[in-house]
Order: sequence, then structure tokens, then C-alpha cells
Amino acid sequence: MEVGVMKMVNMLSHEAQGKKEKLDLKETELRLGLPGTDGEIMGKNLIMNYNGKRGYQETVDLKLNLSGMDQTDHHKEKNLQKEKTPAKAQVVGWPPVRSFRKNVMAVQKNGSEETTDKAGMGGATFVKVSMDGAPYLRKVDLKMYTSYQELFDALGKMFSSFTIGMIDFMNESKLMDLLNGSEYVPTYEDKDGDWMLVGDVPWKMFVESCKRLRIMKGTEAIGLAPRAMEKCKNRS
Amino acid sequence: MAQSFPEDVLEHVFSFLNYDKDRNAVSLVCKSWYEIERLCRRRIFIGNCYAVSSEIVIRRFPDVRAVELKGKPHFADFNLVPEGWGGYVYPWIVSLARAYPWLEEIKLKRMVVTDESLELISKSFKNYKVLVLLSCEGFTTDGLASIAANCRNLRELDLGESEVEDLSGHWLSHFPDNCTSLVSLNISCLGSEVSFCALERLVARCPNLKTLRLNRAVPLEKLPNLLCRAPQLVELGTGAYSAEIQSDIFSNLAEAFLGCKQLKGLSGFWDVVPAYLPAMYSVCSRITSLNLSYATAQNPDLVHFVSQCSNLQRLWVLDYIEDTGLEALAASCKDLHELRVFPSDPFDAEANVSLTEQGLVAVSEGCPKLQSVLYFCRQMSNAALVAIARNRPNMIRFRLCIIEPRAPDYLTLEPLDTGFGAIVENCKELRRLSMSGLLTDRVFEYIGTHAKKLEMLSIAFAGDSDSGLHHVLSGCESLRKLEIRDCPFGDKALLANATKLETMRSLWMSSCSVSFGACKLLGQKMPRLNVEVINERGLPDSRPESCPVEKLYVYRTIAGPRVDMPGFVWTMDEHVSSRLSRVTERRGD
Repeated sequence: MEVGVMKMVNMLSHEAQGKKEKLDLKETELRLGLPGTDGEIMGKNLIMNYNGKRGYQETVDLKLNLSGMDQTDHHKEKNLQKEKTPAKAQVVGWPPVRSFRKNVMAVQKNGSEETTDKAGMGGATFVKVSMDGAPYLRKVDLKMYTSYQELFDALGKMFSSFTIGMIDFMNESKLMDLLNGSEYVPTYEDKDGDWMLVGDVPWKMFVESCKRLRIMKGTEAIGLAPRAMEKCKNRS
Repeated sequence: MAQSFPEDVLEHVFSFLNYDKDRNAVSLVCKSWYEIERLCRRRIFIGNCYAVSSEIVIRRFPDVRAVELKGKPHFADFNLVPEGWGGYVYPWIVSLARAYPWLEEIKLKRMVVTDESLELISKSFKNYKVLVLLSCEGFTTDGLASIAANCRNLRELDLGESEVEDLSGHWLSHFPDNCTSLVSLNISCLGSEVSFCALERLVARCPNLKTLRLNRAVPLEKLPNLLCRAPQLVELGTGAYSAEIQSDIFSNLAEAFLGCKQLKGLSGFWDVVPAYLPAMYSVCSRITSLNLSYATAQNPDLVHFVSQCSNLQRLWVLDYIEDTGLEALAASCKDLHELRVFPSDPFDAEANVSLTEQGLVAVSEGCPKLQSVLYFCRQMSNAALVAIARNRPNMIRFRLCIIEPRAPDYLTLEPLDTGFGAIVENCKELRRLSMSGLLTDRVFEYIGTHAKKLEMLSIAFAGDSDSGLHHVLSGCESLRKLEIRDCPFGDKALLANATKLETMRSLWMSSCSVSFGACKLLGQKMPRLNVEVINERGLPDSRPESCPVEKLYVYRTIAGPRVDMPGFVWTMDEHVSSRLSRVTERRGD
């Protein structure tokens, strides 16, 4: 199920699509250093200051938290990043294209006969995220993530004072624990206006049908459980 | 001073002054001119809704007919301002409703507008005429229904690119049968289908309708029905410009366009099917404004269509036009004032189209009146920028976005300082500049030295140190709005130029190196500035003084700190500084 998604994600990897195979990897890497700097270190990162000065706070969408980091940590973090997320890191609000335009282009793209990897890359799907008890709403672009795990990591950072439980649909008793506990679970409203637990449909289907996210206390989400429980039972 | 003229003569003279600047100048001449002017000012423009309170406005100007308000800072367009930051219009509407029963026009940009606000507008003003909501949010189609139903003399309803919760298209049917006053209707941002019959009847009974911008849901086959009923249209936004290829649809469309002899502006073109573009050929030679920025047509169809419009003054288009298309544009549209080229695939590191700096250079060479540019591309060189600067010293707005942050001159791998330096040096009338690519402190030195008429500057991923910011703040005499993201600018330059900030509308800095301590100091030093810190992660636990803020928004105001801030925004003044000290004490720092 994840294969199609991973294809899109591994743009710079050797298994990449035909047209990219012929290209020298170095040419397709994002090069931001001064002439003569080592391309390997600069690699895929958008955030190194070219003259090597102390980096400043990063706005790469919630995946990094570099405030107060000194330079050596900075480098280490970058190399870790390379291993963890082969996908190109997208910077919030860059390039400066308005959401209205992004959404219009995304809808048009998905409607046309583009190749699958193009259809996934372009445009954005912003949904509002609210959390019970948190004083602010956020918006996330679901197209920035390729799996539920990535989404949960990002949500966790966004609402860092609360712990969000990832729903394990394979394990009925774990699911019941979560829903009985005081941890928060993510739920979403789908195209039909129904509220569902996040995680019960394949990722891609979720991205297409999710209209908004709400993170609520496990105990409140009990009402949504029956459907999830069914899925558990069906799988085992 | 003894008055030479009686009041009504002065008032009559003042009535010819439409620009705020002129009216403001007149008010400063003497007390009696101030008094006369304030009683007869009918239009108010408030560039920052938090810079002044409605009470102050109403006290000074008792008889206003048109109000324009702007809310969130510009970077809100790119999701840099968190939800809930502010910009609520409702309190303003309440005050305006009480003070100005004869208010006719409200124009809002980047504000949060609720259905309650819309309902209040629809019921409070006896002669309400114009509602323009650009990039607003917070309302639903129910709010629009109130406007449609209650505003008997509505002339203009423009929803800009607002985020509307689209509950249904039924709202349009709320326009009463005796509403015949519409001059301009823009519903292009709405998703739901409106009742086509209702739309058709509305268009038919409004003989003064000049601007009609449809939404995507209006099918192409039905467009002729509307055009035939409104041949006097000056501006048309089509709905989806696609249909099955059928000769009768084409001929109906072509015939309908033939009847539109006044048409000057075209937009829309969603899902465009190129085969239908020639249906518009009969109007092309009169077209002065063309917005193809949602049209996914490619060359040769695209360039062929654009080249037909020999009198084009404004073109918004996707990068599908490519360099070749821009070269053709340069050859055929000698009247071009404004060009905007948007990216069709902004998140792809690789170019999907052949659009480079060459296209822009060609247009700058071929179009002598070109003064306003917004251009997204993937490569740029100093040589190209220098050429553009030399070709077009009359440039007024220049916004260049090289998609990859910090991209150097692709030929020499040097920073683009020289190129942008040439722009500010040659284009002496430059009022707006957005830069991108690899830039050092040197470009800011050039800007501070030469950009004396610059009013708005946008900077991202640029500069080396505080001296960059210092050059801009100390050198740009006309600067009103400065927005910065991801630059290594910090406390020194900000504090050294504190007084400059009072001469500007606003300063935005996000992901820079400004500390809480500096913000606190700025807030304390400058009581007529609101120094707002946006920190979604809350106030720092340890060593707060030296911690960098996430986002900073500083603006001048005579209304004091605002009272509608969400939990993650603080106005840095004495109150916050004592909170910060308490935190420090607790930690034993």
C-alpha cells in the first residue's frame, strides 16, 4: 500500500522514475552552498547558511526544532534528517504562493491525466486542526506527509504539551486502553460530514476524504470506536 | 489666520480632493481647514485595523460613506500568521453601524468576517452599496444570503479570493426580484453551484452590470446565456472553460462573445480546453486585462491566444507560457504595463517548463511601458537583472521569486547582489521590491543607498548580519512596510532604528534572531508601537531574555495594545516584562 507513496517521496533516490535515472544526482540535489563547498554536506538541505554561521530557527514544517542549537548539533541534526526523511523538506510558506492558488491548482492537477508522481507532488491540501483545550487552531497540509506516523509526529510537535496516541488498529485491547485513557486521539471529519478515528482507512484515501482534524480526549472518542473495532475484528 | 473664503467654498474645493494624502495635507494647514475637512471627508482608508480605534475615527470624521480596512499582515497569505491571530471586523461593524447610518461601502482585506458581521451590515445601513472582501475568511454562504436579501441597492459584491464556507449555492436566490442595481459581482472563489436560473434572471434584470466573475461550477455551455443577457459587460470571469468538443457549443460561444463589444477584461478559465479559446478571438483586440493564471493551457494554444490581444496592458499567466511565449508577447503587446507569471508546479525542484530569466529579459526589452512585474522562475543571473534594470528604468513594482531559497547566479554562482543593486539604482521610481536567491549584506547596502522611493520590501533567506537590516532601516526614506523571514537579523539593528519604526506602517520578522529581551526593550522604549510577539510554543522557560522569538510584528498605533489577542501572542510592554522576570526568578537564573 505504501509503495506508490514512497515512489513520490524518493525523488532523489536511485529507484526514482525513469526520467530522473539518467540525471547526475548532484545536479538534482538542492545546492545552496558557496561555489567550492562540499556538495555532500550541503546535500538536500535548504537550511544551511552559506557562510557557515550559526543557523537560525527553522520553519520546516514542524519537523525540526532548532532553537538554541549550536553549530555542531546543527550539523548532526542535518545528517540525521537526511537519513530519516529522504523526501524533500518543504518550507512553510515557500515559495510564496497563496493557499487559494495552491488549492485550485491541486484540484485541477488531480483531475487531469498527469502521471501519478506529478499528481501527488503539486498543490496542497490544507485542513484545520483543533485540539480540545488548546487555545489555537492550526492548519496542516496533508500532502506534506506520506504516512500516519509522519502526521502524528507533526501533530505531536504542534501541540507538544499534550500526548497524542497513535491508534493501533491491529490490537483491540490497545485500542480500548487508548479510548479509555486520558490520552488524546486524533479524529477527522470526512467528506460526508462523519467523524471518524484517524487511521482506519489507507493513508491516501484519508488525504482525499479528510476535511478537518480534531484532537479529542480518548474517552470522548469512544462513540467513534465501534467502526474502528469492526475493522480490528475484520483484520484479525 | 483670517479666512479668505467662506466655509462652503472651501468645502466645495476640498470635494475635488480624492486622495487621502491630499486631504491629510489640507488638514494640517490650520485649525479651521482641519475642521472643515474632517466634516466633509467621506472616504476613509485604514491600512492596519489595529493602528487606530473606531472611536477615534468616528470622533474625527462624523460623516463617512466609505471605509476600507486591512487586517492581517501580508505574510498571512503564505500561512505564516497562525489561525486566531486577529483581524476581526465585527467590533468595527458594530461601531460603524451606530455612527454612520448612511455608510455605503465597506472594503476589507485579510480580515476575519463572520456571518454575524455580514448580517449586521445588511441590516444597519439604509443605502448600502458596495461590499468587497479580499482574502477574508470566517463567513459562510449564509452570511451572503443576508447581504443578497437585505441590501436593496447593492451595487457591488466582490468576494476576492476569500475562504468561504460554502454551505450551498442557494444564497444567490435571495436577491429579490426588484434588485436591479448590480454593477459588479465576483463569486469566483465559491465552490458550490448557484442556481443557474436565479443567476440568469439576476444578470438579465441588472442593466448596469459591468463586471461578472463566475465560479468554476458555471459550465461553459451556459456561458452564452449570460453573455447574451449582458452584452454590456466590461469584465468577465468565466466559469470552467471546458466542455466536450461540440461545434454547436463553440458556435454559440463565439456568437455570444461577438455581441460583447465593451469587453476589456477576461479571467477564470479553469480546466481550460484549448479548442475553445478561439471562440474569444473576436474580443481579443479590445482586451486590456487578461488573467490566465488558473488556465492550464500550454503552448502553442496559449501563446497564440495571448498574441491576439495586441492592446493588452495586464497579463497574469502560468509559467506554461515559457520563454518562447514571453518573447512572442514582447513582440505583439507593446502596451503591456504589468506581467505576473505564476508557477504551475512550485513544489517540484525540477523545472517542468522551459521558463527562465530569458523570458523576463525579453519582455523588459520589448515592452517599453512595463512597470510592474511578479515573476516565479528557477534560475536567475546578475546579467539578466542588470539588463532588465537598464531596459526598464520606469519599473515601479518588481517581485522576483526564484523558487529555490538562496539560489545563486546560475552562471557565475555568485550572489545576486549586483543584479538587484542594478534594479534599485536604475529604477528610481521603484515602490515595491521582493527579492530572492542568494543575497549578502551588500545588496542591502545598495538598497539603503538607492531605493529612496521604496515603500514595501519583502526579504527571505537573505543577508549575513544585522548590518543588512540596518542599511534598509536607516537608508530607505519612504519605507512603509517591511517583511522579513528566515534572515540572520537580530537585536542590534532593530533597537538602533527603533524610531524609524514609528514612520512605517509595520515590520514583520519571522524565523530571525530577534530575542525576547530586545522585543521587551523596544516595547518599553516606544509606547506608540505595538510590539507583538507570536510564539506558539509559549513563553520560554529558561533564559527568556536571549531566546529568539518565533515571529515578530511591530506596527505603529494610536489605539494602544489590542485586547483581542489569542494565547500565543503577547504585546511586549511593562506587563509582559514583569512576567518574564518572574519566570527568570523562579528558575533561579
